[in-house]
Amino acid sequence: MSAATVTSVRRPALGEPGIALAAAQSVTFAYRGLLRVRHDPQRLFDVIVLPIVGTVMFANVFGGAVAGGVSGYLPQLVPGVLVQIAVTASVVTGVQLRDDMDRGVFDRFRSLPVARTAPLAGSLLADVTRYVVAVSMTVAVGVAMGYRPQSWGGLVAGCVLVVVSAFTISWVFALMGVLMKSASAVQGVSMLVLTPLSFMSNALVPTETMPGWMRAVAEVNPVTHLVSAVRDLAGAQPATASVTTAIVGALVLLAVFAPLTVRAYVRSA
Amino acid sequence: MTEWAIRAEGLVKEFGSHRALDGIDLSVRAGTVHAVLGPNGAGKTTAVRVLSTLLRADAGAAHVFGHDVARSPTAVRSLIGLTGQYASVDELLTAHENLFVFARLLGLGRREARSRAGDLLERFSLTEAAHRSVSTFSGGMRRRLDIAASLLGDPPLLFLDEPTTGLDPRTRADMWETVRELVAEGCTVLLTTQYLEEADQLADRIAVIDHGRVVADDTSEALKRSVGGLTLQLQVEEPDRLAEASLVLERIAGREPSLVDGRLAVPIASGSVTSDVVLGLRERDIDVEEITVARPSMDDVFFALTGSAGTARADAA
Repeated sequence: MSAATVTSVRRPALGEPGIALAAAQSVTFAYRGLLRVRHDPQRLFDVIVLPIVGTVMFANVFGGAVAGGVSGYLPQLVPGVLVQIAVTASVVTGVQLRDDMDRGVFDRFRSLPVARTAPLAGSLLADVTRYVVAVSMTVAVGVAMGYRPQSWGGLVAGCVLVVVSAFTISWVFALMGVLMKSASAVQGVSMLVLTPLSFMSNALVPTETMPGWMRAVAEVNPVTHLVSAVRDLAGAQPATASVTTAIVGALVLLAVFAPLTVRAYVRSA
Repeated sequence: MTEWAIRAEGLVKEFGSHRALDGIDLSVRAGTVHAVLGPNGAGKTTAVRVLSTLLRADAGAAHVFGHDVARSPTAVRSLIGLTGQYASVDELLTAHENLFVFARLLGLGRREARSRAGDLLERFSLTEAAHRSVSTFSGGMRRRLDIAASLLGDPPLLFLDEPTTGLDPRTRADMWETVRELVAEGCTVLLTTQYLEEADQLADRIAVIDHGRVVADDTSEALKRSVGGLTLQLQVEEPDRLAEASLVLERIAGREPSLVDGRLAVPIASGSVTSDVVLGLRERDIDVEEITVARPSMDDVFFALTGSAGTARADAA
C-alpha cells in the first residue's frame, strides 16, 4: 500500500473560485482538450481537408465569373474562405461539446470544486488550435495557388482577427450544444444557421448583384464585416473602420452568448 | 456528539410527471458506510446526484458536513468524491493523464499532481496501464481508475453509485476490499447498490428506497430479521402427500409453511435445517422432488418492506 491515504480531517471548504483561479482552471481544461486532439488527431480532419477543398473548388467555380480568372480572384477569395472555414470549424466545436458532455467525464467536472465557467471556457479555448490550423491551411493553399497579399503583416493580423472571432462565434454553437439533446441535432441546426451566415455575405461574390433584401442581410452579416476587415488588412487598405466593426461585433457576441451559454450549462445537469 | 456527513430532509425531484424523489430523508454519520439499496428506477442515482450537487432538488434540503448543497455547491464539492455508475473519466486520455488533469483542477502543482497520480495508480494496481488510453481498459480497471480519481482530493465523503454493477464476482470482491480500506482510513462512504449482499457486506446501515421514498433505514441485522433470513422450498413427488410434508416442515422449522404453485416454503434459521428436513421426510417415506435453500432476494426485501414485490420488478424493467 502506498502513501496515498484518505483523511477524515475537516478541512476548510472552498468558495467559488476568483477570476485568476478560474482562468488557471480553464487553461487546465484546455490542456485536456489538447490531449484529446493528440490522442485522436482525426478531430483535426475537417480543418485540414476543408481548406484545401474549399479554396481550390471556389477559386475555380467562381474565379472566372467574378474576377475573370483564378489569380485575379484570389485576393478576394482567400479572406472569404478564411472566414467561412473558421466559422464552419466553430460549428464543430458545438457538436463536439455536446458529444463530450454526454460522456461521464462531465459529471466529474461538475462534481469538482472548480469555477462553473472553466469546463466550457477550456473546451472552447482548446478549439482555438483548430481555428489556427484551419486558417494556416487556407493561407497555405491560397499561396500555393498563386495568392500574394499586398501586406503579409496585414494578412497575419487578419488571421489573428479571424481566429479570435471564430472563438467568440463558437460560444453561439456551444449554447446550442448545451441546450440540445444530441450531437446530431446540434449539427443539423448549426448547419441551418451556418449556411445563410456563410453564403449571404461578401465572402465569395460581391453583394451588389444580390436582390435588395438579401443585400441588406449580407451587409449586416458579421461574416461580411470580418471578410472586409481581412481584405483591407491583407490588401494594405485603410482598415480602421472594418476592423473596428469586426472587433466590436466579436465582443458583442461574446458578451451576449458567453453568459447565456454558461447559465444554460449550469442548469443542464 | 455525532458528526453528520449527510443530512437530507424531504428531498423531492420531479422529471416531468415522474417523481424520482418523493421526500427522501437520509442521515449518514461521519466515518460510516451507508448503503442505499433499491431496484433500478427507485431513485438511488437521482439521490446521489442531488447530494453531490449535480442536480438541484425541487423541494427539501440537504447538508454535507453542514454545507447546504444548493447554496454552497463549491464548498460541498471540495469535501466529496464522486464515482458514478458509468466511469467518469476521459476515454481518449491515458490513466495518468486523467488523474493529472483532475489533480491540477483540484489545485495541486504540476509536480505534486504527477506524484499523486502515480501514487494512486500504484494503489489501484494500474501502474502498468498508466500510459494506456482508458478506452483499452476493462470494466474493472475503469472503476478502479474512477475511484482513484475520486480520491485525488482526499475527500472526507465518497459517493459510490453502484460501484460493482456489471463487474464479475472477483472484481466485485476487490472493490469491496477497497471500500473497507477506505473506511478504515476514516472515509465516509455513501454507496448505492441493487445487491442486498453488497449492502450486507459493506454497510453499517442500509436505507432501502422504492419509488423515491425511504421505506426502511436500519442496520443490516435488523433488516434481515424483518425479511426472514433463509427460505427453504420443497416440492414432493406425490402431490397428495403435501399436507403430510407440510406438517414435517412445521415441526422442524417451527413455523407453518406457505404453499405457492405446489411448493412449500418456510423461513429457516440456518442451512443445516435442510438435512433435518430430508431425514424427517425419509422417515415417513415422502419422496423429495426438489429441495432448495434461498437467501432473501431484493424481491423478498421489497415484499417484506413494501408488501408489493410486483412494483419493484416493474420498475426494474
